[in-house]
Amino acid sequence: MSDATIQAEAKNRSLWGDVWVQFKSHKGAMVGTFVFVFILLAVAIGPYLWNLDPTFANIRERNQGMSWAHPFGTDQLGRDTLAQLLQGGRVSIAVGVTAMLISLIVGTAIGVLAGFFKRIDGLLMRTTDLFLALPLLPLLLVIIMLFRDTLRKAFGPETGIFILIVFIIGITSWMQTARIVRGDVLALKEREFVLAARSIGTPSLRLILRHILPNVLSPIMVSATLGIANAIITESALSFLGLGFPSDFPTWGRLLYDGAQYIDNYPSRVVWPGLAITLTVISVNFIGDGLRDALDPRIRGR
Amino acid sequence: MKLSKIAMATAGASMLATSAFAAGHEMQGRDGHVGIIYWQAASILNPYLSGGTKDIEAASLVIEPLARYDQDGNMVPWLVDEIPTVENGGVAEDLTSITWKLSEGLVWSDGTPVTSADVVFTANYCMDPEGGCQQLAKFGDVTSVEALDDLTIKITFGVPKPFPYGPFVGGQTPILQAAQFEGCSGAAAPSCTDQNFGPIGTGPFVVTEFRANDTISMEANPNYRDPSKPAFATLTFKGGGDATAAARTVLETGEFDYAWNLQIAPEVLDEMESAGKGTIVSGFGTLVERIMINLTDPNPDLGDERSTVAHPHPFLSDIAVRQALSMAIDRELLTEIGYGQAGRPTCNVLPAPAIYASTANDACLVQDIAGANALLDEAGWLPGADGIREKDGVRLSILYQTSTNAVRQDFQALIKQWWSEIGVETELKNIDAGVFFGGDQSSPDTFQKLFADVEMYANNFDGTDPEAYMGNWKCSEIPSPENAWLGGNMPRYCSEAYDGLLAEMAGTADIDERARLAKAMNDMLMQEYVIIPLVDRGRVSAHANTLEGVVLNTWDSELWNVADWSRAD
Repeated sequence: MSDATIQAEAKNRSLWGDVWVQFKSHKGAMVGTFVFVFILLAVAIGPYLWNLDPTFANIRERNQGMSWAHPFGTDQLGRDTLAQLLQGGRVSIAVGVTAMLISLIVGTAIGVLAGFFKRIDGLLMRTTDLFLALPLLPLLLVIIMLFRDTLRKAFGPETGIFILIVFIIGITSWMQTARIVRGDVLALKEREFVLAARSIGTPSLRLILRHILPNVLSPIMVSATLGIANAIITESALSFLGLGFPSDFPTWGRLLYDGAQYIDNYPSRVVWPGLAITLTVISVNFIGDGLRDALDPRIRGR
Repeated sequence: MKLSKIAMATAGASMLATSAFAAGHEMQGRDGHVGIIYWQAASILNPYLSGGTKDIEAASLVIEPLARYDQDGNMVPWLVDEIPTVENGGVAEDLTSITWKLSEGLVWSDGTPVTSADVVFTANYCMDPEGGCQQLAKFGDVTSVEALDDLTIKITFGVPKPFPYGPFVGGQTPILQAAQFEGCSGAAAPSCTDQNFGPIGTGPFVVTEFRANDTISMEANPNYRDPSKPAFATLTFKGGGDATAAARTVLETGEFDYAWNLQIAPEVLDEMESAGKGTIVSGFGTLVERIMINLTDPNPDLGDERSTVAHPHPFLSDIAVRQALSMAIDRELLTEIGYGQAGRPTCNVLPAPAIYASTANDACLVQDIAGANALLDEAGWLPGADGIREKDGVRLSILYQTSTNAVRQDFQALIKQWWSEIGVETELKNIDAGVFFGGDQSSPDTFQKLFADVEMYANNFDGTDPEAYMGNWKCSEIPSPENAWLGGNMPRYCSEAYDGLLAEMAGTADIDERARLAKAMNDMLMQEYVIIPLVDRGRVSAHANTLEGVVLNTWDSELWNVADWSRAD
């Protein structure tokens, strides 16, 4: 915190400035941000610095422990674990964040619309119930069977599966967000400041964007952070069933599942991807927690 | 700590026992007690009422067939003096009947003589339409079983049988005592618990106590045909637990002498063996992990004609490409990584029994990347800008599918790498085993449909006769929409010469001649490179170092020669 920023804040306080001040005071959130940015940088730049091929099987060096040549050891086929972690992180984080964004946008939109406009409430909420009742696995099987070949042809095996997985996870995990948001919107809609805004003729869109959304940000943030974790785990489960990425395409979930059977002899093979997933999920959760506090005007400033 | 003390005490006791009986070396029961552990417990001792391997093998301690298979898959006479063949007149010239002659002087464990009536009874017991016999397939095409005299049995078939050794050969179809099972035919069969849990037999042991799904106690058969056998006076057949625990009791703690079918990761098993108490033994059957090449075009644009003989494959129809794919694979390494002692590299899709195993293709055991590259260069497949070989605009890009299984995914990763070294691009795909092997007509991912360029799985055949197995690759077995994708000819291979050999085998009874034909068919498939065999997967068991005489047999019960087992001094 330099003097210049303090002066700038003192001079000109804005909403986001206040949010930032509040966010900074949340220690967990700051640590979480630091860790998350570190992981992001590592997976973004790491593969260029540590340029071993993550899929190259060097049979003579299999099942190795930590060494300078392989800081995190090698797996049962002699593939470098660090290179796999870095490469796998790109996919896992991309899947997690993208799927989370999709479910967030869909969930928030449906939740706000259902809460705000009574006429479409029933329809939207029954749709939500419908999606909640859908059995996930058969649905996935059908979707993948129908679209895998088409997408594979159009975008190649990796991108095609990426689009498919992100879409599937996004489309099957927005319902909780929608329900929570709707509940909050219903309560907010009757509050005095909304009535006041409505009485001076504020159009619905402005009402939603200016008054409702900022107040439901906290539940949205919470489900967003949980969503990233959920998406990473779902992706690994899909890979495990053979529905996800090709088996030689590393993702954190796949590394974890592949390592699980060697947990007795080589526990580090489970520890590294497990640690990566855990750190990502926890740091995102802390960021979410900090953001929630920072965005809530009632907590801010206390 | 405590366990090892007990083990030491047991070992000491058995040493005492050994020295005490050293004088009467040829006596039955001289070596005391033997413990056998099967991690699947036996629930019945009647193989006709249970198809489970554990039940069949437990029963083989007590009841015996007329002839058995040895460790190489050859028939050995057991309760008879010789195996009937066309040459010795035991099998009719028209191949429709076989005549067995029991050895003289055989008695049941209760002292009564074994006669042809017992054999006839056993056949009728199994063929009773109300009995629900589990081994009915062994009696396929049998029209009658009759006793010609006290020791002679004639089995007549409705059709010519070039391999008439179905009934009463091998542990699945032992002889029951007619006097004991008399009231148990037909619908009454499962309710005869005394008989099913304690059959009277001719084997080296008799049941003293049977606790279903737990432990069977046995003692030496006092009327066994060889008075010096078995070497053990008592036997415990313990069931339950899992393969890892069973392996530990033999290899690490020494509580038991023999553990069956140890499907454990090779590294874990090796570590246990290093404790020095026991030895791992492996036997090899016909289960071969193989890659099937698709000779037809799986392009999705072809719609209903995808992967059918209407469209040959754009590059896998070139034998040079298929051969190069096979040459680039290091089978030794695959075996070491995936199966350890439970596998051996193979170049044949028919690796056993020994008389059927060809040696003509063994060159494939050595990986030859340079040779594969040279072969492709010669055939005109030249590397493009990205290192992938191509010819006339066709790139060597392969979709390689298999079921979801950790070992198979490791194999895929390694083979993909080797193929990339010869300029072949590979995309991997793994499918849930339930779907892949499920045979669901509506799923595009079944192994019969083969909507990929190559696929990998393992398959074997039951028994020792390969005729039906080799029949998988005749033209009429090609899966297609017309036959609802049924059929075992995954490569869509079709050759008149092959079908001719198969027809010849169907009319040949001589075992050596049949072996020659089977080898010729195997060589044909191998040298056309339509199937790329990888690993012959075997059975792994373990026995204590003090137990002698164990010969692991994958063609019959593993306990087939238990009468010859003894304790090392």
